[in-house]
Amino acid sequence: MSTYKYLESHEYVRVEDGQAVIGISDFAQTQLGDVVYVDLPSVGDTFDKGDSFGSVESVKAASDVYAPVSGKVLEVNELLSDKPELVNTDAMTDAWFIKMDMSDSSELDSLLDEEAYKKFTDE
Amino acid sequence: MLARALAPLAPALRRAQLQQPATRVAAQVAVRGLASDADAANTLKTAVYDKHQELGGKLVDFAGYWLPLQYPAGVKAECLHTRNEASLFDVSHMGQVRITGPDAVAFVESIVVGDIANLKSNEARLSLITNDHGGIIDDTVITRFDDFVGMVINGACKHKDLKHMHARLEDSKLDAKIEHLEDLALFALQGPKAAIVMDRLANDLTVSAMNFMEARVGKIGGVDCTLTRCGYTGEDGFEISVSNSEANKIMDLLLEQEEVAPAGLGARDTLRLEAGLCLYGNDIDETTTPVGARLVWTVSKPRCAEGGFPGAETIQAQMKDKTQKPPRVRVGLVVDGAPARSHVEIYDAEGKEAIGEITSGTFSPILGKPVAMGYVDRAFMKAGTEVTCKVRKKFVPATISKMPFLPAKYYRAP
Repeated sequence: MSTYKYLESHEYVRVEDGQAVIGISDFAQTQLGDVVYVDLPSVGDTFDKGDSFGSVESVKAASDVYAPVSGKVLEVNELLSDKPELVNTDAMTDAWFIKMDMSDSSELDSLLDEEAYKKFTDE
Repeated sequence: MLARALAPLAPALRRAQLQQPATRVAAQVAVRGLASDADAANTLKTAVYDKHQELGGKLVDFAGYWLPLQYPAGVKAECLHTRNEASLFDVSHMGQVRITGPDAVAFVESIVVGDIANLKSNEARLSLITNDHGGIIDDTVITRFDDFVGMVINGACKHKDLKHMHARLEDSKLDAKIEHLEDLALFALQGPKAAIVMDRLANDLTVSAMNFMEARVGKIGGVDCTLTRCGYTGEDGFEISVSNSEANKIMDLLLEQEEVAPAGLGARDTLRLEAGLCLYGNDIDETTTPVGARLVWTVSKPRCAEGGFPGAETIQAQMKDKTQKPPRVRVGLVVDGAPARSHVEIYDAEGKEAIGEITSGTFSPILGKPVAMGYVDRAFMKAGTEVTCKVRKKFVPATISKMPFLPAKYYRAP
């Protein structure tokens, strides 16, 4: 099982084949409700940790999503443009948002681990 | 009734759009809309506050009342249930006002654009309270009863409206009395199955003989109610005015019906936008006139000719004289991409020239695409015109559309 790290703004990152796979947490999708639109960047865009790289929208609200690490976008999840509702059913797995080539993998150390994130969301 | 008032919510949602970290979502966003704990302490409870909590409603401060943004089913499911079955909304935040006295009708006509004198008994009508410049102070549903005139005004506007009404009454020397009926709750039952439910419960009324925009006094489950066939969703439906002391009984009875599920403010806002209905504070306000808002149909012909209501000169001039027309008018938009929400700028098809602004926007669950309302330069008002909406620095294509976005289902008795 992959190891997930989190931002307090509820984005996760897991490392797969050396790439950062980024999405929003299951807790976040529950709070958002029915996701109706996901706005994603283009392949090749670069972001610094903490930059807004896209947004996720429910019927009533739009929320920015932030990059948990710095790097270049290698792939965006095209599935989400046709089936944004995947975010509600498979947030942690199939409904990842982007894959990034990390410029500094030590940034991962500054993120919340599973336990810390759980504690954060329980508060 | 044609209740609207998500206005206080809109700024919260807007902030969410612009700057909130991911996922400070519906409930949290709404809670963020609460100005402060001190304000929250002053937030009022409707008669069925406990019921909202029991049902798992996400309560937010809306127009000064704790009301459910949504229940566990969620905004999308609540919207679809309203379109397919029947939904129950607590709209007790709205102001219910009774005008009595020999000059009641004359007084109401002195503050609104509509023809109240010619309403039949029990007939209701959407009207506008205007200021002396033709701007809209509030929209209101006015019902003529045998011995008084009823008005339902927006929750977020009611204190302003009542102050205005009392001031105008004092100036007018007319013999009328304004009562704010704070001991009444108000529910909306909306959806294609609302009439089946009402027929079952309101035994002393012939529901099938009630047209849309007609009221009756009767009993529901033995409780005295005033029923008005009207609503804010584009569906057939009823608004039920009942004393606070009997409100829980009525809510329980309605929710016991298999067709009925509770729905919150989120669904209500999306449903009214799909129906092309304005939200006061977003789509109309004191700077918009009935002409720019394309609500001239609320200004009756004789009254338009005669005047005698606040702002009549301005409204008449805007209607008659092309040079006086407001430069921008209210239109509907169907958006092909990211939802365009309030304050998003509208551009021409090439994204070169700013031509307007979105005032309300949502994702329509029933249409499966985003819809919006906004104001555009007159040259772009025609249905079918291609434009773009600048959402997060991207130009999203959109088409000016007729409203409502789906056919209205207002009932006419055979």
